[in-house]
Amino acid sequence: MSRRAFWRRVLNHVLLVPFLLFAVFPFYHMTLTSLKTDRELYDRQAVPLLIRQGVTLEHYVKLLTESEFLTWTKNSLVVTLLATVVSLVIGTMAAYALSRLKFFAVGSFGTGIFVTYLVPTSLLFLPLAQVVNWLGLADSKWALVVTYPTFLVPFCTWLLMGYFRTVPKEVEECAMVDGATRIQALWRIILPIAIPGLVCAALFAFTLSWNEFIYALTFTSSSDQITASVGVTSELIRGDIYYWGQLMAGAVLGSVPIVILYVFFLDYYVSGLTAGAVKS
Amino acid sequence: MAISTFPVAAHARLPWRTRVSELLDRETILGPLFVSPAFILILLLVAYPFCMAVYFSLSNAFIGRPSHLVGIKNYINLWQSDAFRQTFQNAFVFTGTAIAFKLVMGISLALLLNQQLWFKRLIRGMVLLPWVIPTALSVLGWSWMFNSLYSVVNWTGIALGIFDPPGPNWLGQRYYAMTAVVVVNIWRGLPFFVITILAGLVSIPKELYEAAEADGAGTWARFWYVTLPMLKGVLGIVVLFSTIFTFSDFNIVYQLTHGGPINSTHLFATLSRQVGLESGRIGEGAAISLYLFPLLAFVVYAQLRFVRKQDN
Repeated sequence: MSRRAFWRRVLNHVLLVPFLLFAVFPFYHMTLTSLKTDRELYDRQAVPLLIRQGVTLEHYVKLLTESEFLTWTKNSLVVTLLATVVSLVIGTMAAYALSRLKFFAVGSFGTGIFVTYLVPTSLLFLPLAQVVNWLGLADSKWALVVTYPTFLVPFCTWLLMGYFRTVPKEVEECAMVDGATRIQALWRIILPIAIPGLVCAALFAFTLSWNEFIYALTFTSSSDQITASVGVTSELIRGDIYYWGQLMAGAVLGSVPIVILYVFFLDYYVSGLTAGAVKS
Repeated sequence: MAISTFPVAAHARLPWRTRVSELLDRETILGPLFVSPAFILILLLVAYPFCMAVYFSLSNAFIGRPSHLVGIKNYINLWQSDAFRQTFQNAFVFTGTAIAFKLVMGISLALLLNQQLWFKRLIRGMVLLPWVIPTALSVLGWSWMFNSLYSVVNWTGIALGIFDPPGPNWLGQRYYAMTAVVVVNIWRGLPFFVITILAGLVSIPKELYEAAEADGAGTWARFWYVTLPMLKGVLGIVVLFSTIFTFSDFNIVYQLTHGGPINSTHLFATLSRQVGLESGRIGEGAAISLYLFPLLAFVVYAQLRFVRKQDN
Protein backbone atom coordinates (compact mmCIF):
# COMPACT_ATOMS: atom_id res chain seq x y z
CA MET A 1 0.00 0.00 0.00
CA SER A 2 1.38 3.40 -0.95
CA ARG A 3 1.63 6.11 1.68
CA ARG A 4 -1.15 8.07 0.04
CA ALA A 5 -3.50 5.11 -0.09
CA PHE A 6 -2.73 4.39 3.56
CA TRP A 7 -3.66 7.91 4.70
CA ARG A 8 -6.77 7.85 2.54
CA ARG A 9 -7.83 4.72 4.28
CA VAL A 10 -7.21 6.28 7.68
CA LEU A 11 -9.28 9.31 6.60
CA ASN A 12 -12.17 7.02 5.59
CA HIS A 13 -12.20 5.53 9.07
CA VAL A 14 -12.13 8.96 10.69
CA LEU A 15 -15.12 10.02 8.58
CA LEU A 16 -16.96 6.86 9.65
CA VAL A 17 -16.61 7.60 13.37
CA PRO A 18 -19.61 9.99 13.74
CA PHE A 19 -21.89 7.55 11.87
CA LEU A 20 -20.78 4.62 14.01
CA LEU A 21 -21.19 6.63 17.22
CA PHE A 22 -24.73 7.58 16.15
CA ALA A 23 -25.57 3.94 15.39
CA VAL A 24 -24.12 2.31 18.47
CA PHE A 25 -24.27 4.90 21.25
CA PRO A 26 -27.91 4.21 22.28
CA PHE A 27 -27.02 0.55 22.92
CA TYR A 28 -23.92 1.51 24.86
CA HIS A 29 -25.92 3.90 26.98
CA MET A 30 -28.72 1.37 27.52
CA THR A 31 -26.31 -1.29 28.72
CA LEU A 32 -24.44 1.17 30.89
CA THR A 33 -27.63 2.39 32.54
CA SER A 34 -28.77 -1.15 33.27
CA LEU A 35 -25.54 -1.80 35.18
CA LYS A 36 -25.52 1.36 37.32
CA THR A 37 -26.69 1.64 40.90
CA ASP A 38 -29.81 3.78 41.39
CA ARG A 39 -27.74 6.19 43.47
CA GLU A 40 -25.45 6.97 40.53
CA LEU A 41 -28.28 6.77 37.98
CA TYR A 42 -30.24 9.58 39.60
CA ASP A 43 -27.24 11.69 40.63
CA ARG A 44 -27.32 14.84 38.52
CA GLN A 45 -23.68 15.59 39.25
CA ALA A 46 -22.48 12.21 37.95
CA VAL A 47 -21.02 11.72 34.46
CA PRO A 48 -23.68 9.78 32.51
CA LEU A 49 -21.18 8.33 30.05
CA LEU A 50 -19.31 6.14 32.54
CA ILE A 51 -19.84 3.95 35.59
CA ARG A 52 -17.88 5.39 38.48
CA GLN A 53 -19.65 4.06 41.56
CA GLY A 54 -19.45 0.36 40.87
CA VAL A 55 -21.25 -2.10 38.60
CA THR A 56 -24.39 -3.79 39.88
CA LEU A 57 -26.67 -6.53 38.61
CA GLU A 58 -29.54 -5.53 40.92
CA HIS A 59 -31.74 -4.30 38.05
CA TYR A 60 -31.38 -7.62 36.25
CA VAL A 61 -32.09 -9.57 39.41
CA LYS A 62 -35.19 -7.48 40.14
CA LEU A 63 -36.38 -7.82 36.55
CA LEU A 64 -36.10 -11.59 36.63
CA THR A 65 -37.50 -12.14 40.13
CA GLU A 66 -40.05 -9.36 40.66
CA SER A 67 -41.59 -9.05 37.19
CA GLU A 68 -43.02 -11.59 34.75
CA PHE A 69 -40.16 -11.00 32.33
CA LEU A 70 -39.46 -14.71 31.84
CA THR A 71 -43.11 -15.36 30.97
CA TRP A 72 -43.09 -12.52 28.45
CA THR A 73 -39.92 -13.87 26.86
CA LYS A 74 -41.44 -17.34 26.69
CA ASN A 75 -44.55 -15.89 25.02
CA SER A 76 -42.37 -14.03 22.52
CA LEU A 77 -40.50 -17.23 21.72
CA VAL A 78 -43.67 -19.31 21.26
CA VAL A 79 -45.36 -16.71 19.07
CA THR A 80 -42.23 -16.00 17.03
CA LEU A 81 -41.29 -19.63 16.41
CA LEU A 82 -44.81 -20.72 15.47
CA ALA A 83 -45.49 -17.71 13.26
CA THR A 84 -42.11 -18.18 11.56
CA VAL A 85 -42.62 -21.87 10.81
CA VAL A 86 -46.20 -21.42 9.55
CA SER A 87 -45.24 -18.45 7.38
CA LEU A 88 -42.20 -20.20 5.98
CA VAL A 89 -44.25 -23.24 4.89
CA ILE A 90 -47.07 -21.17 3.37
CA GLY A 91 -44.59 -18.76 1.80
CA THR A 92 -42.44 -21.52 0.28
CA MET A 93 -45.46 -23.17 -1.34
CA ALA A 94 -46.76 -19.88 -2.72
CA ALA A 95 -43.32 -18.78 -3.93
CA TYR A 96 -42.70 -22.09 -5.71
CA ALA A 97 -46.06 -21.93 -7.46
CA LEU A 98 -45.73 -18.28 -8.42
CA SER A 99 -42.18 -18.53 -9.71
CA ARG A 100 -42.16 -21.98 -11.41
CA LEU A 101 -45.67 -22.96 -12.46
CA LYS A 102 -48.03 -21.68 -15.11
CA PHE A 103 -51.68 -21.55 -14.12
CA PHE A 104 -54.79 -19.41 -14.06
CA ALA A 105 -54.17 -15.80 -12.92
CA VAL A 106 -50.62 -16.49 -11.70
CA GLY A 107 -49.58 -12.93 -12.50
CA SER A 108 -52.39 -11.37 -10.45
CA PHE A 109 -51.51 -13.55 -7.46
CA GLY A 110 -47.93 -12.34 -7.66
CA THR A 111 -49.05 -8.70 -7.76
CA GLY A 112 -51.46 -9.36 -4.89
CA ILE A 113 -48.64 -10.71 -2.74
CA PHE A 114 -46.47 -7.71 -3.51
CA VAL A 115 -49.27 -5.26 -2.69
CA THR A 116 -49.96 -7.03 0.62
CA TYR A 117 -46.26 -6.84 1.40
CA LEU A 118 -46.52 -3.05 1.23
CA VAL A 119 -49.59 -2.72 3.48
CA PRO A 120 -48.36 -1.33 6.82
CA THR A 121 -49.60 -3.03 10.00
CA SER A 122 -50.76 0.31 11.38
CA LEU A 123 -53.45 0.49 8.67
CA LEU A 124 -55.29 -2.65 9.78
CA PHE A 125 -54.92 -3.03 13.54
CA LEU A 126 -58.38 -1.60 14.35
CA PRO A 127 -60.51 -3.98 12.24
CA LEU A 128 -58.13 -6.88 12.93
CA ALA A 129 -58.82 -6.41 16.64
CA GLN A 130 -62.49 -7.09 15.84
CA VAL A 131 -61.64 -10.17 13.80
CA VAL A 132 -59.49 -11.42 16.68
CA ASN A 133 -62.47 -10.94 19.02
CA TRP A 134 -64.77 -12.93 16.75
CA LEU A 135 -62.22 -15.73 16.57
CA GLY A 136 -62.39 -15.86 20.37
CA LEU A 137 -58.70 -14.97 20.63
CA ALA A 138 -59.04 -11.64 22.42
CA ASP A 139 -56.21 -11.07 24.89
CA SER A 140 -54.43 -14.27 23.87
CA LYS A 141 -50.99 -14.79 22.42
CA TRP A 142 -52.60 -17.09 19.83
CA ALA A 143 -54.08 -13.99 18.25
CA LEU A 144 -50.50 -13.03 17.38
CA VAL A 145 -49.68 -16.47 15.97
CA VAL A 146 -52.69 -16.06 13.68
CA THR A 147 -52.10 -12.44 12.63
CA TYR A 148 -48.31 -12.27 12.24
CA PRO A 149 -48.36 -14.41 9.09
CA THR A 150 -50.31 -11.60 7.40
CA PHE A 151 -47.08 -9.64 7.03
CA LEU A 152 -44.61 -12.56 7.20
CA VAL A 153 -46.11 -14.64 4.37
CA PRO A 154 -45.94 -11.86 1.74
CA PHE A 155 -42.36 -11.12 2.79
CA CYS A 156 -41.22 -14.78 2.69
CA THR A 157 -43.00 -15.35 -0.61
CA TRP A 158 -41.45 -12.31 -2.23
CA LEU A 159 -37.96 -13.19 -0.99
CA LEU A 160 -38.18 -16.87 -1.96
CA MET A 161 -39.58 -16.15 -5.43
CA GLY A 162 -36.28 -14.44 -6.14
CA TYR A 163 -34.30 -17.47 -4.95
CA PHE A 164 -36.42 -20.03 -6.81
CA ARG A 165 -36.02 -18.12 -10.06
CA THR A 166 -32.25 -18.53 -9.83
CA VAL A 167 -32.53 -22.36 -9.91
CA PRO A 168 -32.39 -23.38 -13.61
CA LYS A 169 -35.58 -24.98 -14.84
CA GLU A 170 -33.56 -27.78 -16.51
CA VAL A 171 -32.46 -29.14 -13.13
CA GLU A 172 -36.06 -29.77 -12.18
CA GLU A 173 -37.00 -31.11 -15.61
CA CYS A 174 -34.09 -33.55 -15.53
CA ALA A 175 -35.33 -35.00 -12.26
CA MET A 176 -38.84 -35.33 -13.64
CA VAL A 177 -37.63 -37.05 -16.80
CA ASP A 178 -35.89 -39.54 -14.50
CA GLY A 179 -39.27 -40.39 -13.01
CA ALA A 180 -39.57 -38.09 -10.02
CA THR A 181 -42.90 -36.38 -9.44
CA ARG A 182 -43.01 -32.60 -9.31
CA ILE A 183 -43.29 -32.62 -5.53
CA GLN A 184 -40.32 -34.98 -5.19
CA ALA A 185 -38.31 -32.71 -7.45
CA LEU A 186 -39.26 -29.72 -5.30
CA TRP A 187 -38.42 -31.56 -2.08
CA ARG A 188 -35.17 -33.24 -3.15
CA ILE A 189 -33.74 -30.84 -5.72
CA ILE A 190 -35.08 -27.31 -5.48
CA LEU A 191 -35.41 -26.84 -1.72
CA PRO A 192 -31.85 -28.04 -1.00
CA ILE A 193 -30.51 -25.60 -3.60
CA ALA A 194 -32.60 -22.79 -2.11
CA ILE A 195 -31.42 -23.38 1.48
CA PRO A 196 -29.65 -19.99 1.71
CA GLY A 197 -32.93 -18.35 0.72
CA LEU A 198 -34.87 -20.39 3.26
CA VAL A 199 -32.41 -19.49 6.02
CA CYS A 200 -32.68 -15.84 5.06
CA ALA A 201 -36.49 -15.92 5.02
CA ALA A 202 -36.56 -17.72 8.38
CA LEU A 203 -34.19 -15.18 9.95
CA PHE A 204 -36.22 -12.25 8.72
CA ALA A 205 -39.51 -13.79 9.73
CA PHE A 206 -38.06 -14.44 13.19
CA THR A 207 -36.72 -10.91 13.50
CA LEU A 208 -39.87 -9.21 12.19
CA SER A 209 -42.15 -11.10 14.54
CA TRP A 210 -39.84 -10.76 17.54
CA ASN A 211 -39.78 -7.01 16.91
CA GLU A 212 -43.50 -6.58 16.16
CA PHE A 213 -45.17 -4.12 18.49
CA ILE A 214 -48.49 -2.59 17.43
CA TYR A 215 -50.42 -5.88 17.05
CA ALA A 216 -48.97 -7.24 20.28
CA LEU A 217 -49.90 -4.04 22.08
CA THR A 218 -53.43 -4.02 20.66
CA PHE A 219 -54.42 -7.69 20.81
CA THR A 220 -52.94 -8.72 24.17
CA SER A 221 -52.87 -7.10 27.59
CA SER A 222 -52.80 -9.69 30.38
CA SER A 223 -49.44 -10.17 32.02
CA ASP A 224 -49.35 -13.88 31.11
CA GLN A 225 -50.10 -13.32 27.40
CA ILE A 226 -47.99 -10.31 26.37
CA THR A 227 -44.66 -10.47 24.55
CA ALA A 228 -41.31 -9.17 25.78
CA SER A 229 -41.49 -5.79 23.98
CA VAL A 230 -44.97 -5.05 25.31
CA GLY A 231 -44.17 -6.36 28.77
CA VAL A 232 -41.09 -4.23 29.19
CA THR A 233 -42.74 -1.08 27.83
CA SER A 234 -46.10 -1.35 29.59
CA GLU A 235 -45.70 -3.38 32.77
CA LEU A 236 -42.46 -1.86 33.98
CA ILE A 237 -43.83 1.66 33.72
CA ARG A 238 -46.30 2.03 36.56
CA GLY A 239 -48.30 5.19 36.20
CA ASP A 240 -45.78 7.92 35.69
CA ILE A 241 -43.00 6.13 37.51
CA TYR A 242 -40.20 4.86 35.30
CA TYR A 243 -37.79 2.35 36.78
CA TRP A 244 -35.05 3.22 34.33
CA GLY A 245 -32.52 0.67 35.54
CA GLN A 246 -35.00 -2.19 35.15
CA LEU A 247 -36.37 -0.80 31.89
CA MET A 248 -32.90 -0.73 30.36
CA ALA A 249 -32.13 -4.20 31.71
CA GLY A 250 -35.34 -5.42 30.05
CA ALA A 251 -34.43 -3.71 26.79
CA VAL A 252 -30.98 -5.34 26.83
CA LEU A 253 -32.26 -8.82 27.66
CA GLY A 254 -35.16 -8.54 25.19
CA SER A 255 -32.67 -7.86 22.41
CA VAL A 256 -30.37 -10.78 23.24
CA PRO A 257 -32.00 -13.47 21.04
CA ILE A 258 -31.86 -11.19 18.01
CA VAL A 259 -28.29 -10.13 18.67
CA ILE A 260 -27.17 -13.75 18.91
CA LEU A 261 -28.78 -14.57 15.56
CA TYR A 262 -27.37 -11.40 14.11
CA VAL A 263 -23.77 -12.13 15.11
CA PHE A 264 -23.89 -15.54 13.44
CA PHE A 265 -25.88 -14.64 10.34
CA LEU A 266 -24.84 -11.07 9.52
CA ASP A 267 -24.36 -11.83 5.82
CA TYR A 268 -27.85 -13.27 5.51
CA TYR A 269 -29.30 -10.14 7.06
CA VAL A 270 -27.43 -8.00 4.57
CA SER A 271 -28.59 -10.04 1.59
CA GLY A 272 -32.17 -10.28 2.83
CA LEU A 273 -32.42 -6.56 3.45
CA THR A 274 -31.39 -5.81 -0.10
CA ALA A 275 -33.52 -8.58 -1.60
CA GLY A 276 -36.57 -7.13 0.11
CA ALA A 277 -36.26 -3.92 -1.85
CA VAL A 278 -34.32 -4.79 -4.96
CA LYS A 279 -35.19 -7.88 -6.89
CA SER A 280 -32.31 -10.24 -7.51
CA MET B 1 -59.40 -45.99 -31.20
CA ALA B 2 -57.47 -48.58 -29.27
CA ILE B 3 -54.60 -46.16 -28.84
CA SER B 4 -56.74 -43.37 -27.42
CA THR B 5 -58.69 -45.52 -24.96
CA PHE B 6 -55.68 -47.40 -23.65
CA PRO B 7 -54.32 -44.71 -21.29
CA VAL B 8 -57.76 -44.07 -19.86
CA ALA B 9 -58.29 -47.73 -19.13
CA ALA B 10 -54.87 -47.93 -17.50
CA HIS B 11 -55.65 -44.85 -15.52
CA ALA B 12 -58.82 -46.34 -14.09
CA ARG B 13 -56.91 -49.32 -12.81
CA LEU B 14 -54.20 -47.30 -11.08
CA PRO B 15 -54.37 -47.10 -7.27
CA TRP B 16 -55.65 -43.73 -5.97
CA ARG B 17 -52.25 -42.70 -4.65
CA THR B 18 -50.71 -42.77 -8.10
CA ARG B 19 -53.68 -40.89 -9.48
CA VAL B 20 -53.32 -38.16 -6.86
CA SER B 21 -49.64 -37.79 -7.55
CA GLU B 22 -50.36 -37.65 -11.27
CA LEU B 23 -52.85 -34.84 -10.67
CA LEU B 24 -50.30 -33.01 -8.57
CA ASP B 25 -47.86 -33.14 -11.47
CA ARG B 26 -50.16 -30.89 -13.46
CA GLU B 27 -49.20 -27.24 -13.16
CA THR B 28 -52.81 -26.09 -13.44
CA ILE B 29 -53.72 -28.11 -10.34
CA LEU B 30 -50.60 -27.88 -8.19
CA GLY B 31 -50.27 -24.13 -8.77
CA PRO B 32 -53.64 -23.04 -7.33
CA LEU B 33 -53.30 -25.68 -4.60
CA PHE B 34 -49.96 -24.26 -3.43
CA VAL B 35 -51.10 -20.66 -3.62
CA SER B 36 -54.39 -21.24 -1.80
CA PRO B 37 -53.11 -21.14 1.83
CA ALA B 38 -51.48 -17.76 1.24
CA PHE B 39 -54.51 -16.61 -0.72
CA ILE B 40 -56.99 -17.61 2.00
CA LEU B 41 -54.83 -15.99 4.68
CA ILE B 42 -54.66 -12.71 2.78
CA LEU B 43 -58.37 -12.82 1.98
CA LEU B 44 -59.44 -13.42 5.59
CA LEU B 45 -56.90 -11.37 7.50
CA VAL B 46 -55.93 -8.58 5.12
CA ALA B 47 -58.63 -8.01 2.48
CA TYR B 48 -61.57 -8.60 4.80
CA PRO B 49 -60.26 -6.37 7.62
CA PHE B 50 -59.56 -3.73 5.02
CA CYS B 51 -63.19 -3.81 3.89
CA MET B 52 -64.21 -3.65 7.55
CA ALA B 53 -62.04 -0.59 8.02
CA VAL B 54 -63.83 1.06 5.10
CA TYR B 55 -67.21 0.13 6.60
CA PHE B 56 -66.22 1.41 10.06
CA SER B 57 -64.98 4.67 8.63
CA LEU B 58 -68.40 5.24 7.05
CA SER B 59 -70.27 4.46 10.27
CA ASN B 60 -70.59 5.80 13.78
CA ALA B 61 -69.10 2.62 15.25
CA PHE B 62 -68.28 2.85 18.93
CA ILE B 63 -66.84 0.06 21.08
CA GLY B 64 -69.67 -2.16 22.36
CA ARG B 65 -72.54 -0.40 20.56
CA PRO B 66 -74.44 -1.17 17.33
CA SER B 67 -73.38 1.08 14.47
CA HIS B 68 -75.15 2.90 11.64
CA LEU B 69 -73.82 4.13 8.36
CA VAL B 70 -73.27 7.86 8.38
CA GLY B 71 -71.63 8.39 4.99
CA ILE B 72 -68.43 10.37 4.81
CA LYS B 73 -69.25 12.35 7.96
CA ASN B 74 -66.20 11.00 9.80
CA TYR B 75 -63.87 12.13 7.06
CA ILE B 76 -65.40 15.60 7.01
CA ASN B 77 -65.43 15.97 10.80
CA LEU B 78 -61.81 14.92 10.94
CA TRP B 79 -60.79 17.35 8.30
CA GLN B 80 -62.37 20.10 10.37
CA SER B 81 -60.72 19.10 13.64
CA ASP B 82 -57.51 20.78 14.75
CA ALA B 83 -55.98 17.58 16.06
CA PHE B 84 -56.34 15.87 12.69
CA ARG B 85 -55.07 18.81 10.66
CA GLN B 86 -52.08 19.03 12.96
CA THR B 87 -51.48 15.29 12.48
CA PHE B 88 -51.75 15.62 8.72
CA GLN B 89 -49.13 18.35 8.73
CA ASN B 90 -46.92 16.42 11.17
CA ALA B 91 -46.97 13.35 8.96
CA PHE B 92 -45.60 15.30 6.00
CA VAL B 93 -43.00 17.17 8.05
CA PHE B 94 -41.90 13.95 9.76
CA THR B 95 -41.70 11.89 6.57
CA GLY B 96 -40.17 14.62 4.42
CA THR B 97 -37.41 15.56 6.84
CA ALA B 98 -36.60 12.02 7.87
CA ILE B 99 -36.36 10.74 4.30
CA ALA B 100 -34.24 13.69 3.15
CA PHE B 101 -31.73 13.04 5.93
CA LYS B 102 -31.78 9.28 5.46
CA LEU B 103 -31.13 9.74 1.75
CA VAL B 104 -28.19 12.11 2.10
CA MET B 105 -26.65 10.28 5.06
CA GLY B 106 -27.37 6.93 3.41
CA ILE B 107 -25.53 7.86 0.22
CA SER B 108 -22.57 9.31 2.15
CA LEU B 109 -22.24 6.32 4.43
CA ALA B 110 -22.65 3.83 1.58
CA LEU B 111 -19.89 5.62 -0.37
CA LEU B 112 -17.63 5.38 2.69
CA LEU B 113 -18.39 1.70 3.22
CA ASN B 114 -17.60 1.03 -0.43
CA GLN B 115 -13.99 2.19 0.13
CA GLN B 116 -11.05 0.10 1.25
CA LEU B 117 -11.50 -0.41 4.99
CA TRP B 118 -10.09 -2.36 7.88
CA PHE B 119 -12.63 -4.32 10.00
CA LYS B 120 -15.17 -4.11 7.18
CA ARG B 121 -17.43 -6.79 8.65
CA LEU B 122 -17.44 -5.30 12.11
CA ILE B 123 -18.23 -1.84 10.76
CA ARG B 124 -21.06 -3.16 8.62
CA GLY B 125 -22.40 -5.03 11.64
CA MET B 126 -22.41 -1.85 13.72
CA VAL B 127 -24.13 0.17 11.00
CA LEU B 128 -26.92 -2.39 10.62
CA LEU B 129 -27.53 -2.86 14.36
CA PRO B 130 -30.30 -0.25 14.85
CA TRP B 131 -32.41 -2.00 12.23
CA VAL B 132 -32.15 -5.42 13.88
CA ILE B 133 -32.88 -4.64 17.54
CA PRO B 134 -36.59 -4.51 18.47
CA THR B 135 -37.64 -0.90 17.89
CA ALA B 136 -39.92 -0.88 20.91
CA LEU B 137 -36.92 -1.62 23.12
CA SER B 138 -34.35 0.64 21.50
CA VAL B 139 -36.82 3.54 21.52
CA LEU B 140 -37.07 3.01 25.27
CA GLY B 141 -33.33 3.67 25.36
CA TRP B 142 -33.85 6.87 23.36
CA SER B 143 -36.56 8.09 25.71
CA TRP B 144 -34.07 7.70 28.57
CA MET B 145 -31.51 9.62 26.51
CA PHE B 146 -34.05 12.43 26.07
CA ASN B 147 -35.27 12.32 29.69
CA SER B 148 -36.10 15.78 31.00
CA LEU B 149 -33.84 15.54 34.06
CA TYR B 150 -31.09 13.08 33.21
CA SER B 151 -30.72 13.50 29.45
CA VAL B 152 -27.31 12.33 28.30
CA VAL B 153 -27.85 14.33 25.10
CA ASN B 154 -28.15 17.53 27.12
CA TRP B 155 -25.26 16.60 29.40
CA THR B 156 -23.00 16.11 26.39
CA GLY B 157 -24.32 19.25 24.69
CA ILE B 158 -23.69 21.32 27.80
CA ALA B 159 -20.21 19.82 28.27
CA LEU B 160 -19.37 20.73 24.66
CA GLY B 161 -20.85 24.20 25.09
CA ILE B 162 -23.66 23.69 22.53
CA PHE B 163 -26.57 24.13 24.96
CA ASP B 164 -27.00 26.50 27.90
CA PRO B 165 -27.88 24.57 31.05
CA PRO B 166 -30.32 22.95 31.62
CA GLY B 167 -30.71 22.35 27.87
CA PRO B 168 -33.92 21.75 25.92
CA ASN B 169 -36.75 19.60 27.31
CA TRP B 170 -36.69 17.32 24.25
CA LEU B 171 -39.95 15.48 24.63
CA GLY B 172 -41.93 18.28 26.26
CA GLN B 173 -41.50 21.18 23.85
CA ARG B 174 -43.16 21.41 20.45
CA TYR B 175 -40.37 21.66 17.92
CA TYR B 176 -37.83 19.80 20.02
CA ALA B 177 -40.24 16.88 20.30
CA MET B 178 -40.62 16.72 16.52
CA THR B 179 -36.83 16.91 16.16
CA ALA B 180 -36.44 14.05 18.63
CA VAL B 181 -38.86 11.72 16.85
CA VAL B 182 -37.32 12.55 13.47
CA VAL B 183 -33.81 11.83 14.80
CA VAL B 184 -34.89 8.45 16.15
CA ASN B 185 -36.61 7.61 12.87
CA ILE B 186 -33.43 8.50 10.95
CA TRP B 187 -31.38 6.39 13.35
CA ARG B 188 -33.64 3.40 12.90
CA GLY B 189 -34.17 3.73 9.12
CA LEU B 190 -30.64 4.62 8.01
CA PRO B 191 -29.33 1.00 7.86
CA PHE B 192 -31.93 0.07 5.24
CA PHE B 193 -30.84 2.98 3.06
CA VAL B 194 -27.13 2.29 3.54
CA ILE B 195 -27.22 -1.44 2.84
CA THR B 196 -29.49 -1.12 -0.20
CA ILE B 197 -27.54 1.78 -1.69
CA LEU B 198 -24.29 -0.09 -1.02
CA ALA B 199 -25.64 -3.06 -2.99
CA GLY B 200 -26.42 -0.64 -5.81
CA LEU B 201 -22.92 0.86 -5.67
CA VAL B 202 -21.23 -2.53 -5.81
CA SER B 203 -23.15 -3.41 -8.97
CA ILE B 204 -21.90 -0.37 -10.95
CA PRO B 205 -19.37 -1.65 -13.52
CA LYS B 206 -15.79 -0.51 -12.81
CA GLU B 207 -15.25 0.23 -16.51
CA LEU B 208 -17.58 3.23 -16.30
CA TYR B 209 -15.33 4.86 -13.72
CA GLU B 210 -12.21 4.02 -15.71
CA ALA B 211 -13.74 5.53 -18.83
CA ALA B 212 -14.77 8.67 -16.90
CA GLU B 213 -11.30 8.97 -15.45
CA ALA B 214 -9.74 8.60 -18.88
CA ASP B 215 -11.95 11.49 -19.99
CA GLY B 216 -10.47 13.56 -17.16
CA ALA B 217 -13.41 13.48 -14.75
CA GLY B 218 -12.51 14.33 -11.14
CA THR B 219 -13.97 12.71 -8.02
CA TRP B 220 -16.99 15.01 -7.95
CA ALA B 221 -17.72 14.66 -11.66
CA ARG B 222 -17.50 10.87 -11.40
CA PHE B 223 -20.01 10.92 -8.55
CA TRP B 224 -22.35 13.30 -10.38
CA TYR B 225 -22.21 11.77 -13.86
CA VAL B 226 -21.59 8.09 -13.14
CA THR B 227 -22.58 7.10 -9.59
CA LEU B 228 -25.82 9.07 -9.19
CA PRO B 229 -27.37 8.20 -12.57
CA MET B 230 -26.46 4.53 -12.06
CA LEU B 231 -28.05 4.58 -8.59
CA LYS B 232 -31.28 6.19 -9.77
CA GLY B 233 -33.26 2.94 -9.78
CA VAL B 234 -32.12 1.81 -6.35
CA LEU B 235 -32.69 5.25 -4.83
CA GLY B 236 -36.20 5.39 -6.28
CA ILE B 237 -37.17 2.06 -4.77
CA VAL B 238 -35.61 2.81 -1.39
CA VAL B 239 -37.41 6.14 -1.15
CA LEU B 240 -40.76 4.60 -2.12
CA PHE B 241 -40.41 1.84 0.47
CA SER B 242 -39.31 4.23 3.14
CA THR B 243 -42.17 6.61 2.37
CA ILE B 244 -44.72 3.96 3.28
CA PHE B 245 -42.98 2.84 6.43
CA THR B 246 -42.12 6.33 7.67
CA PHE B 247 -45.60 7.70 6.98
CA SER B 248 -47.25 4.82 8.82
CA ASP B 249 -44.74 4.77 11.67
CA PHE B 250 -46.19 4.03 15.10
CA ASN B 251 -43.63 2.84 17.66
CA ILE B 252 -41.37 5.84 17.83
CA VAL B 253 -44.01 8.49 18.41
CA TYR B 254 -46.20 6.27 20.58
CA GLN B 255 -43.37 5.58 22.98
CA LEU B 256 -41.44 8.83 22.94
CA THR B 257 -44.15 11.48 23.07
CA HIS B 258 -47.53 9.71 22.79
CA GLY B 259 -48.31 12.35 20.16
CA GLY B 260 -47.75 15.28 22.48
CA PRO B 261 -47.10 17.98 23.46
CA ILE B 262 -50.58 19.12 22.29
CA ASN B 263 -50.69 16.78 19.27
CA SER B 264 -47.53 18.29 17.83
CA THR B 265 -45.98 14.90 17.04
CA HIS B 266 -49.07 12.76 16.35
CA LEU B 267 -48.92 10.66 13.19
CA PHE B 268 -51.86 8.88 11.51
CA ALA B 269 -51.20 5.59 13.29
CA THR B 270 -50.85 7.06 16.78
CA LEU B 271 -53.88 9.35 16.45
CA SER B 272 -55.90 6.49 14.99
CA ARG B 273 -55.06 4.34 18.00
CA GLN B 274 -55.86 7.09 20.45
CA VAL B 275 -59.23 7.93 18.88
CA GLY B 276 -60.20 4.40 17.86
CA LEU B 277 -59.10 2.39 20.89
CA GLU B 278 -58.37 4.67 23.81
CA SER B 279 -61.49 6.81 23.24
CA GLY B 280 -63.47 3.98 21.60
CA ARG B 281 -64.59 5.91 18.51
CA ILE B 282 -63.76 3.10 16.07
CA GLY B 283 -65.43 4.81 13.12
CA GLU B 284 -63.33 7.91 13.39
CA GLY B 285 -60.19 5.90 14.17
CA ALA B 286 -60.65 3.82 11.03
CA ALA B 287 -61.19 6.97 8.96
CA ILE B 288 -57.89 8.37 10.25
CA SER B 289 -55.88 5.34 9.18
CA LEU B 290 -57.68 5.28 5.83
CA TYR B 291 -56.41 8.77 5.12
CA LEU B 292 -53.14 6.86 4.65
CA PHE B 293 -54.69 4.92 1.80
CA PRO B 294 -54.36 7.34 -1.16
CA LEU B 295 -50.67 7.71 -0.40
CA LEU B 296 -50.27 3.97 -0.05
CA ALA B 297 -52.09 3.38 -3.33
CA PHE B 298 -49.87 5.88 -5.12
CA VAL B 299 -46.67 4.33 -3.79
CA VAL B 300 -47.81 0.80 -4.63
CA TYR B 301 -48.67 1.93 -8.16
CA ALA B 302 -45.27 3.60 -8.56
CA GLN B 303 -43.50 0.52 -7.15
CA LEU B 304 -45.29 -1.83 -9.52
CA ARG B 305 -44.36 0.29 -12.50
CA PHE B 306 -40.79 0.43 -11.28
CA VAL B 307 -40.54 -3.33 -10.81
CA ARG B 308 -42.08 -3.99 -14.23
CA LYS B 309 -39.59 -1.62 -15.85
CA GLN B 310 -36.71 -3.45 -14.18
CA ASP B 311 -38.09 -6.75 -15.44
CA ASN B 312 -38.03 -5.64 -19.06
